[in-house]
Amino acid sequence: MTFRHIRSLAAFGALLAAGVATTGQANAKDLTLCWAAWDPANALVELSKDFEAKSGVTMKFEFVPWPNFADRMLNELNSGGKLCDLMIGDSQWIGGAAENGQYVKLNDFFDKEGIKMSDFIPATVVGYAEWPKNSPNYWALPAFGDVVGWSYRKDWFARPELQAEFKEKYGRELAVPKTFGELKDIAQFFQKREIDGKTVYGAAIYTERGSEGITMGVMDVLYSFGFKYENPDKPYDLEGYVNSAEAVKGLEFYKELYDCCTPPGHSDAYMSEDIDAYKSGQVALHMNFAFTWPGIHADANVGGEKSGYFPNPAGPDGAAYAQLGGQGISVVSSSEKQEDALAYIKWFAQPEIQQKWWEMGGYSALLKVVEDPKFATSQPYAQTFLDSMAIVQDFWAEPAYASLLQAAQKRFHDYVVAGQGSAKDALDGLAKDWTQVFDDEGKY
Amino acid sequence: MLKSSVDRVAEATPRAIANRMHGLSDRALAWLFVGPSIVLLLAVNIFPLIWTIRLSFTNFRVNRPNAEVEFVGLKNYLNILSDRDIWLTMQATAHFLIWTIVLQVLIGFTLAYLINKKFRGNDLWTTIIVLPMMLSPAVVGNFWTFLYQPQIGLFNYAVGFLTGADPSSFSMIGDVSLAPWAIVIVDTWMWTPFVMLICLAGLRSIPGSIYEAAECDRASKWRQFWTITIPLVLPFLMLAVLFRGIENFKMFDLVVQLTGGGPGSITELTSINLKREAFEKWRTGYASAYAVILFVTVFGLASIYVKALNKVKQR
Amino acid sequence: MSSYSVTEPSPRQKWAAGILVIGYALITILPLVWIITTSFKSPSDAIAYPPKTFFTPTVEGYVNVFTTRTRLSPEQLQALGEPTTWYDKLVRKDGLVISGPSRFAERFTNSVIIGFGSTVLCIVLGTAAAYAFSRFKVPLKDDLLFFILSTRMMPPIAVAIPIFLMFRSLGLSDTHAGMILLYTAVNLSLSVWLLKGFIDEIPIEYEEAALIDGYTRFQAFYKVVLPQAATGIASTAIFCLIFAWNEYAFAVLLTSGNAQTAPPFIPTIIGVSGQDWPAVAAGATLFLVPVMVFTILLRKHLLRGITFGAVRK
Repeated sequence: MTFRHIRSLAAFGALLAAGVATTGQANAKDLTLCWAAWDPANALVELSKDFEAKSGVTMKFEFVPWPNFADRMLNELNSGGKLCDLMIGDSQWIGGAAENGQYVKLNDFFDKEGIKMSDFIPATVVGYAEWPKNSPNYWALPAFGDVVGWSYRKDWFARPELQAEFKEKYGRELAVPKTFGELKDIAQFFQKREIDGKTVYGAAIYTERGSEGITMGVMDVLYSFGFKYENPDKPYDLEGYVNSAEAVKGLEFYKELYDCCTPPGHSDAYMSEDIDAYKSGQVALHMNFAFTWPGIHADANVGGEKSGYFPNPAGPDGAAYAQLGGQGISVVSSSEKQEDALAYIKWFAQPEIQQKWWEMGGYSALLKVVEDPKFATSQPYAQTFLDSMAIVQDFWAEPAYASLLQAAQKRFHDYVVAGQGSAKDALDGLAKDWTQVFDDEGKY
Repeated sequence: MLKSSVDRVAEATPRAIANRMHGLSDRALAWLFVGPSIVLLLAVNIFPLIWTIRLSFTNFRVNRPNAEVEFVGLKNYLNILSDRDIWLTMQATAHFLIWTIVLQVLIGFTLAYLINKKFRGNDLWTTIIVLPMMLSPAVVGNFWTFLYQPQIGLFNYAVGFLTGADPSSFSMIGDVSLAPWAIVIVDTWMWTPFVMLICLAGLRSIPGSIYEAAECDRASKWRQFWTITIPLVLPFLMLAVLFRGIENFKMFDLVVQLTGGGPGSITELTSINLKREAFEKWRTGYASAYAVILFVTVFGLASIYVKALNKVKQR
Repeated sequence: MSSYSVTEPSPRQKWAAGILVIGYALITILPLVWIITTSFKSPSDAIAYPPKTFFTPTVEGYVNVFTTRTRLSPEQLQALGEPTTWYDKLVRKDGLVISGPSRFAERFTNSVIIGFGSTVLCIVLGTAAAYAFSRFKVPLKDDLLFFILSTRMMPPIAVAIPIFLMFRSLGLSDTHAGMILLYTAVNLSLSVWLLKGFIDEIPIEYEEAALIDGYTRFQAFYKVVLPQAATGIASTAIFCLIFAWNEYAFAVLLTSGNAQTAPPFIPTIIGVSGQDWPAVAAGATLFLVPVMVFTILLRKHLLRGITFGAVRK
């Protein structure tokens, strides 16, 4: 390289810098919507073409994969970034976003446009829109209903030889499990079984460490075992609820399930890893959010009649709950295009758009859509979705959510995957961590 | 102090040259030349450092713009130093540091020694060995998770092929006892070439006449190796260790992509832990104190090491 | 060179050394070869057991890395009619349609802009400072140089905390300008150190002669010293470029939709439901191969630069 080369390099650098300046100027008539990168987001891109045609606004999208979603988007909100005009943020962010003024409060807008929260599934309104919970302060419009449930290999369950063997071993039919105990039996039954010349495994569950994976999975099971976030009569009183004997049993169950019945290398699995395991025919049972079901139903390997769906089975005392997923759509306070953003929400809330949303694989939270008599039979998983949606619970949505989640991720992963300490230790530790967080928050 | 050094730059310029100047004075030129760099370093390195120290005495949180910022004294520091989990991440970091350095020094020196035999085509093969260290650790680390997959991963398959073990029977990333080694293996793969290059520079700096003299004294090859090669390469080797030490103390990208700190918190190195505190829990004040502690640690260790290094050099 | 020399290894030693080194080299590039070959595999070949060495190459991974795709039901696909382009055909067989470009091209462009931008700035500032340090006697020079260098010891995450706050209040978050400044500052210490070494090697007599010929000090610097230091400047530039190209920690924390570079983006490439390893490998290949080619072509300067820079420090 000679000096002349360097000079031309410098000129190129200057040219590029000039290029940045021009590309930096955003089109006045565009909106950026931020969400997770997953199937429903792709469907929303298609759906939004109608809005673009009607409004003349160009929609831009920023989709971030789940393991990085919270990290990236909360960073975006906290840095006061202007990237996102609309945010389909996770349900647990609502407390922080509301208290720190990161989302626009939507009450006036809803009143003006005649959008009524009573038209939406109640659990989604509480979960995605309200802060403080159970008060009529709305920060989002329920956009995508989601809940943890199970899909299973209906075709394997239907094999006579397997049915016979299962009956002989467990004294009951090989069928959709009614309790978590039954679920584990089935998982154990399939673990390392040869099916069509391939070794298959029991269940794909959530074990991811980096974001929220293992917490979503463990909580999904703990609720039905009797776990409570706090003393119902005394908020933020955790001792004896978070680490109750029932909760300890639930956590022990989750570890047993992880140890006995998951595929090899299942130590860091969340939504996409679990889908992979299920779609590649590795597992009989598959814990995942309902959003995966349209994709499974359409899949060439495991789709159609090969798969069935069921909501969370019951715990030892017969109680059944499920972990809420899903998100509401909010307007970001630092956006300079709030008018257009609100217009988008107005468009999105229309019943016919919501109907189309459901048809494209988006779980609408509008009662008019889900209460339609044709809804439950419109897809094989529609009824399971409704049943699951009726039993949801959600993780803390406090402003300190991130610290609470981090503590849970660590305690659960340390115990379930890394095998350190006992379930009691893990939950005692968790109660201590959470109490510390709330203490820092000045809750006591 | 900085101001005066720039001034002294100008003052110290030989008068003969200064007299010949046209246009800008030397003093102005020195200002012009050093100034922007100093300003940029002050703005992006020193000012933030001071800000970090200030924040470390508060309970400030980035995600709570409305909350009142309180001065909490040394509370953050005391909390960190008494936190068992932080000592565990320090242990994980120490394990990673020590083993990567040991392996990289052994393999790197051996390779350099072999390459120094000057076989035909050695520079091309050297370049190929160097390739991994030129690449993005995050991108490569991410791909290594694929190589480490039980069953389908190339690494597990290769180990299975060589040892006869079932490739799906172990998970480098998921197993508590293997994960610390999984990150050591990838770092060693990536950075051995660095140690190798520095050792090579050391080996090539030894004049052949020393060996010839030793040969005349009938010293055995083995003895030559221990009395000539090793002592003369040692300062170079120690430098390589210093750089790898500092780099791996800072290690973030590779390990975040490989294990994300898991399983549990087995491979949660200090940088990863710090990132969780600062950018996931958003405990800015606490994380600032943590950052200051790390800086003092690495600076202190490096200074002691450099003193030792200078002693070796003087010998 | 036919005379016997004790320092010259015997042919047998050379053979043995050559075989060992080549063996290590082959093992060490295997993961890189695997990245490149995986990028030409189909998704099912990529996750086949046992791993496939021979396969039918496809560019599906490359199509996937540049596009976003949507799954449609068979009826909807029927309604769309026959695919028109080769890449449409490629994704259609999996029941997908291309719904638009992905962000990969933008992220790659960002890497180029930020990489070259910071390199140019870093070289300009670094050369000037190195020249001043090299040519003028500075009493506190060693302290100042050590101070400049010590700024590299901080873990990037620790530095990122105040930078995050600073960028937020200056509006530099997620901008190209912010990242260019940051990478320049991070690289500056190394660049000053390396360049000072190169400039030290240029005899001062050249400049003195130029000054006697009536050049100004600046002209002497520009017309005499710079061309002499060109090789050194070039290899320093390569280092700055490679650092900025590969950097991850700052990029993941301080950039988002506008200025995000490729390293934080590539690991987040996922397929339509399920990890799409060929697409990840395709993105990685496009990102890594330029550096590999660069390294092999410029190996003389580069390898010298690494050892030189390190040993001087």
